Amino acid sequence: MTRKAGIAVLVALLAAFPFAAGEFYVNLASQVFIFAIFAASINLLLGYGGLPSLGHASYLGVAAYASALLTLKAGLANWAAAPLALIGTTLMACFFGLIALRATGLGFLMLTLALSQVLWGTAYRWIALTEGDNGLRGINRPAPFGVSLDDASHFYYFALAVTLLALWLMARFVASPFGAALRGTRDQPRRMAALGHDVWMVRWLTFVYAGFWGAVSGLLFVYYHKYIHPISLSLANSAEGLLAVIAGGSGTLAGPVVGAAIVMILKNYVSAYVERWNMLLGFVFVAIVVFMPEGVVPGLKRLWQRSRSRA
Amino acid sequence: MAALQITRLKKAFGGLPAISDVSLEVEEGERRLIIGPNGAGKTTLFNLVTGDLRPDAGQIRFNGRSIEKLRPDQRAHLGLARTYQIITLFPKDTVAGNVVLSLLGLSRERWNTFDSLEKQTRFAERVHAVLERVDLAAFAQRPVSALAYGEKRRLEIAMALAQSPRLLLLDEPLAGLSREERGGVRKLIAAIPREVTVVMIEHDMDTALDLADRISVLHYGKVLAEGTRAQVVADPKTREVYLGY
Amino acid sequence: MQFWAIQTLNSLALGGLLFLLSAGFSLIFGLMRIANLTHGALFMVGAYLGATLLRWVPNLWIVALLSGLIVAAFGFLLEKFILEKLKGNVFSQVLVTLGFAYIIADFCLVTWGGDPIPIPTPPSLQQPLRVAGLAFPAFRLAVVGIAVLAAIVLYLFIERTRIGAMIRAGVDDMEMARAVGIPVRRLFSIVFCLGAGLAGAGGVIGGPIMSAYPGLDADMLPLALIVVILGGVGSLVGAFVGSFITAFVYTFGVALFPQLAYVILFLPMIFVIAFRPRGLFGKFAA
Repeated sequence: MTRKAGIAVLVALLAAFPFAAGEFYVNLASQVFIFAIFAASINLLLGYGGLPSLGHASYLGVAAYASALLTLKAGLANWAAAPLALIGTTLMACFFGLIALRATGLGFLMLTLALSQVLWGTAYRWIALTEGDNGLRGINRPAPFGVSLDDASHFYYFALAVTLLALWLMARFVASPFGAALRGTRDQPRRMAALGHDVWMVRWLTFVYAGFWGAVSGLLFVYYHKYIHPISLSLANSAEGLLAVIAGGSGTLAGPVVGAAIVMILKNYVSAYVERWNMLLGFVFVAIVVFMPEGVVPGLKRLWQRSRSRA
Repeated sequence: MAALQITRLKKAFGGLPAISDVSLEVEEGERRLIIGPNGAGKTTLFNLVTGDLRPDAGQIRFNGRSIEKLRPDQRAHLGLARTYQIITLFPKDTVAGNVVLSLLGLSRERWNTFDSLEKQTRFAERVHAVLERVDLAAFAQRPVSALAYGEKRRLEIAMALAQSPRLLLLDEPLAGLSREERGGVRKLIAAIPREVTVVMIEHDMDTALDLADRISVLHYGKVLAEGTRAQVVADPKTREVYLGY
Repeated sequence: MQFWAIQTLNSLALGGLLFLLSAGFSLIFGLMRIANLTHGALFMVGAYLGATLLRWVPNLWIVALLSGLIVAAFGFLLEKFILEKLKGNVFSQVLVTLGFAYIIADFCLVTWGGDPIPIPTPPSLQQPLRVAGLAFPAFRLAVVGIAVLAAIVLYLFIERTRIGAMIRAGVDDMEMARAVGIPVRRLFSIVFCLGAGLAGAGGVIGGPIMSAYPGLDADMLPLALIVVILGGVGSLVGAFVGSFITAFVYTFGVALFPQLAYVILFLPMIFVIAFRPRGLFGKFAA
């Protein structure tokens, strides 16, 4: 009950946020939402499946490029381009999963990285299609039910609604029988197979599902920026997502969201003052792995329980 | 028809034969004990039957059906269950949660990605019944990491029993247990209904010999002797390599 | 005719550079079971260091050696003070190497700026070699020679020396190696230094062909990954064969289908993964 009440209060606060905050903060919050979906989808693989993907930017980037190309070059409307981009990207996840899941652990990490680097390199080089380093410009935001999303707070509510839906469905996924089986394959894959679970299929379906949500975040991403560049497909983008998951706490529902907020806020503030985002990203990575390997959310939870048991 | 029929099975690791030529037949409902010194290939044999390993040559038939090309999970769906010599549980989960994973393995419910597992009561009764059988019902909500060693052993068996298997492979179910705990597990095994075929690897002769209908002695990846307790014990080859007198 | 001859030589030269890069990557992966994601950055920092050192030391080969030593020293510190602290947690170790890849790349950007820095070809190798009416750039031939020499030396080191035998034992079965008293920690240190040094020296030797530029790290890392996935983890022969396959596919891919070079690069990898997940010469799946 308290949990439900807490969530209701949080949603109410988020709904009221654009009335209290300036446009800069509203836009920042929209970016946090988009990044939270991205991080949460990585968490399905890393946190619940034990599969460390270092190529998740592929799904964000490909969905964003697909949507941009379908609207710009094929002249489709956003309402038609969006499902096509989602379906196409999800099919790509089906195929990439077949390759990447030939391995687990670090082999999986290397394969996801290699696959994503292929897309990144192709986006840079296939200039006829992607405009290479210039990126694709002139993308329009959709206007669901005739409401233009060009206004910052309109986009905020749109992103909030999609994010809440995404996080709710991912939370159901994790709490479902399938989610329990997924955690089982993370901890004891051999035993799970002996119990009748098709370990490979569980992992592959999760891979595809995570790819789908990565694609959803990619659509929001391209709508928000109205621009897409190969950097969105880069290792750096995958790494930022992974960092958000680890910083917040992998294998927890709130972790990736908190981590996404930390990374996005850091990125926006730091890039406003200094140009050294990449170096900072590197140092944050090292610091978190060395000093706070379990992440912020589990760490705070433990502090909270300790203070309660003392009281 | 034999419940388990193994014909000329071979398996080598990097040139070293672990199972060099094993043929075995276990009747339905039989209790078969497999003994043999360390490195005789007993656990490898189990891994071949469950599908964790693929044989280099030979056939495995389960209730007349050839299974050596099936994956482990497909074999489980045919009614094959096992326990592990090295305890293989889900330590972060509760005792009940472990049994639920076992029940899920054979249920279509395992593909449900939307409904909350916690709120599903359909498994609760069966979990309780199985935990009663192994005397762990009181610990249902405890994390596995909080269990004592003997309790973990019983949970291992409970997870296999929960699936109502037709063939149960027990890999050293008594290993590492105290005298009293062994008595408990012994009773548990003795109470397994007769329609279940049981193949058991065990070193503890005092306890295990009583449970077995027939015994196979494995040595260097081969069946050295086979028969009833009296036959095997009387066989000079067994005495030489295994019983040591 | 000239096109095919030159592209073939280009492929061989790139293959040689890839071998210098990926031999260390493969050995580190095989022994320590970690993917060292700083490897591209070490190659890049080696190239930049070379460009700077050439101002004082006007010999590319000596500079390559010096640069390799400096990068090896950095590798030593990284292994000793960070990776060792995280021993047993392979995933954390990989994440730390990823973090350092960013730190190094940004450090290079701060120090050497955003414009590419050319590294001159040694004067003695500037004249092309003329054979049967075809002109071959002499420097590229020299790179192939160096790589083959390095391969032979490394092979002898791994196959014929005591340390090499210990490394092989560790790659084959770490538990067993530990059990028989092989000083595994020291081997990690040696192999990590060696790999870092080879990457650093490779950056200098590749300098006259590719020059030093921001993003060189991100261009090289995927190539190293593909080489190792193709050739198999922990296998020198695999790294050698994988390097040349990758280099040929990449060079001809870029020359013939420039837009899809990366897709073509990836085809042999899919093929190998589909039919032989542990790579052509690997002993175990990565």
